[in-house]
Amino acid sequence: MTEPKVLEVADLTVEFPTEDGVVRAVRGVSWTLGAGETLGIVGESGSGKSVTSLAVMGLLPAAARVRGSVRFAGRELLGLSEEALSDVRGQGISMIFQDPMTSLNPVYTAGHQIIETLRAHRRGMSRQAARERAVELLDIVGIPSPAQRVDSYPHELSGGMRQRIVIAIAIANDPEVIIADEPTTALDVTVQAQVLEALERATDETGAALLLITHDLGVIAGHADRVGIMYAGKLVETGTVEDIFYTPRMPYTLGLLGSLPRMDRPEGRLTPIAGSPPSLLNLPPGCPFTPRCPLAADVCDATEPPLIGTGRPGHDAACHFHDRLVDAAAGEVFATTSADAGGEGSAP
Amino acid sequence: MTAPSAAAAPPSDPAGGAADRPVLEVRDLVKHFPVRSKSVIRRQIGEVHAVCGVSFDIRANETLGLVGESGSGKSTTARTLLNLQPATSGAVMFAGRDLTKLSRADMRPLRRELQIVFQDPYAALDPRISVNEIVAEPLRIHRSFGADGRGQVRELLRLVGLNPEHGNRYPHEFSGGQRQRIGIARALALRPKVLVLDEPVSALDVSIQAGILNLLRDLQEELGLSYLFVAHDLSVVRHIAHRVAVMYLGRIVEVAPAARLFGSPAHPYTQALISAIPLPDPRRERARRRILLTGDVPNPISPPSGCRFRTRCPKFAGQLTEPERNKCVDEVPELVDRGTGAPVACHYAEPLHLLDSPA
Repeated sequence: MTEPKVLEVADLTVEFPTEDGVVRAVRGVSWTLGAGETLGIVGESGSGKSVTSLAVMGLLPAAARVRGSVRFAGRELLGLSEEALSDVRGQGISMIFQDPMTSLNPVYTAGHQIIETLRAHRRGMSRQAARERAVELLDIVGIPSPAQRVDSYPHELSGGMRQRIVIAIAIANDPEVIIADEPTTALDVTVQAQVLEALERATDETGAALLLITHDLGVIAGHADRVGIMYAGKLVETGTVEDIFYTPRMPYTLGLLGSLPRMDRPEGRLTPIAGSPPSLLNLPPGCPFTPRCPLAADVCDATEPPLIGTGRPGHDAACHFHDRLVDAAAGEVFATTSADAGGEGSAP
Repeated sequence: MTAPSAAAAPPSDPAGGAADRPVLEVRDLVKHFPVRSKSVIRRQIGEVHAVCGVSFDIRANETLGLVGESGSGKSTTARTLLNLQPATSGAVMFAGRDLTKLSRADMRPLRRELQIVFQDPYAALDPRISVNEIVAEPLRIHRSFGADGRGQVRELLRLVGLNPEHGNRYPHEFSGGQRQRIGIARALALRPKVLVLDEPVSALDVSIQAGILNLLRDLQEELGLSYLFVAHDLSVVRHIAHRVAVMYLGRIVEVAPAARLFGSPAHPYTQALISAIPLPDPRRERARRRILLTGDVPNPISPPSGCRFRTRCPKFAGQLTEPERNKCVDEVPELVDRGTGAPVACHYAEPLHLLDSPA
C-alpha cells in the first residue's frame, strides 16, 4: 500500500462522437497502480475496461475525446506528442493484447522482433548481445528450446507460443508497467494456464506492475492484488482481491459473483442479473445499474452514487445502499427466476 | 399430433418406465474431412480426423456434457450426430432408426424430435423476419401451424422468459441473452425430445449466461427434454450436466457422472483440464495444485500413434517407465472401465482428487 505509485489515472473520461450522439465510454475513472503490484480491472462487454487501457497508452483513434489525467512516474501522458509517447511505450509501459497476431509482424522472426525492441531503446547494444538476451527472454516466458525458436516466424507457432513471444517483447526493456488486455481470452484453458504462468514469471523477473484487464473473475482471483469492477464506464467497486470476492458491497459485484457457475460449487441455482447493461449513448441520470438492481430506490434514479469508502481502508463502493450488503448472499438479494425480467425488448 | 399449449403440457414421455433406456445412441461415429492441395487441381492430400470412433448414449431427461478444447471435435460430433453433415462411418440410433443412413427427406420428420441451438445468437436468427415468424417457421415447415399457431408462439415466448408482446419486433431489437432465448423458443416449437446445445452461452456475458442456464434447467424439468450440451467451459458443464464426456483430438478420453468426473478424474487430460480452470475464489485458487501441460494440441491431419494425448501427457513424460511408454505409443487405449468405476481411455488411469468442496 505504501509503495510508490507508478501509474496514476485521475478522473479519466473518454467520449466518442458518433452519428447518433456522443458515446460516453469512460465516465470519470480514477485508480493508481503501485510498483510491482497487480491491479485487475473486471467488467463485461462495453463496460469501458479496454477503452481505459487504450487511453492510458494513447492508442485511441484521433476522434476520441480524452480528458482527465494519466501520470506515469509523475509525468503527465495525456497530451504528450506521439514521439514522446512512443518513448514511454517502449521503455516504461508495454502492452499485451488479446490477439497476439495484432502485435507480431508476420514477416519477421520472433527473435528479430525482440532484438528490434531491445536495440530501439538501447542504442549501444550489439546484435550478438541482443540475440543472447532474446534467447534468455524466450526462456523466461517458458518457450521450449528457445535457441531454435528464436528463428521461428509467428505463423510457425501456436497461439499460446505467440502470446509468450508477445510477453517476451513486452518485458524486453524492463518496463515499470505491463498492461495486459484480455491476454488469454482467445486461448484454450490448458494454454491459458501456461500463458498466465509465463506472465507471472515475466512480472517477477522484471518487478513490473501489472494492469490485468479481463472479464474472467477466475483469472483475477488467482493473479490480482487489488481489483476494480467496471460498469457502464465507471468503477463501481474497488478493493483488495479478498474484499471483492468475499465481502462485495456493490450489488453488481455481488450479482456477478452469484451468476458465475463454479466447478467446486455445482449445487443450487445461479443468480442472474436481470436485463442488460445500459446504452452509453443516452445515459439517464442516476445510477446506471438501477434498472437491474434489486435494491434500487428513488434516490438511485435521481443521483449517481460516487465511489465512497465502505469502512475498510481501500475498499470503496459506488452504491447508496452498500451497507445493506454486509454479509448478504447473492441468492438473498437477487431473484433466481429464469425469466428475463428487466429491460425486455430493448437493445443495449 | 396436435401440439398442446407448451407450458401446460406434461413431458412428452413421463420418465417412469423407460428412464434408463437411452433416447439416442451414438456408436463408433467417425467424421473425416478431406484436405485438398492449393493448386489448380485440388487433389486430396490428406484427411482431418475430426471425430474418430466416438460412442455415447443420451438418456431420457438427461444432460450429457460434451467438453473439449478447440479442435477436439466436439462440435463436429454434434453436427454429424444430427446428420447436418454426413458421417464417414458409424451409427446414430434414434427411435429405432440409424440417422446416418437416412436421406434428407427421410430425416425431415425426425427433425421434429431433434433440434439444435447454436452458439452465436446473432448469426442464427434471420434479421429480416419478426420474432413471431422466427418461432413460427418450424411449425409452418412441419405443417403444424394450425388455428392456434399464434397462441402457440406466444406460449413459447413466455416459456423462454420473453414478453410475448414483443413478438412483432426484429432480432436486432433484442440483447444477446434475449436472442439466445429466441433461438431456444424456436428449437422448442416442435416439442423435440432431444436438444443439441452447441456452446449456447459462450458468446454471452456471465450475468446474462446465468439466466440462460437456469432457463435450460427449468425447461428440462418441465418438458422432459434430453440435452447434449457441447461446451469448452467446464464450470458451466459442471453446473448443468448429469454426465460428462471429455474429448481430445477426436476421441472421448473419459466419460462419467459429473460429480465423479470433477471429483476424481482418472484420465491425465481430464485432470489437467480441471486443474487449469481458474476458480473465482482467491484463497482456494491460490492454494490449488496445478497440472501444467506442455506443448500444444497436435495437428489432426496426422495425430500421434497410440494414445493421442501422449505428446502432452505429464504422466507419459514424468512417471512412466520405458516399456510402459511403449504401450502408449503402440496401442490405442480403449474407452473402458479400468476399475475406476467409469470408462476411461488411458492405459494407466488413476483417479486423482483435485477439488475440495468449499468449507
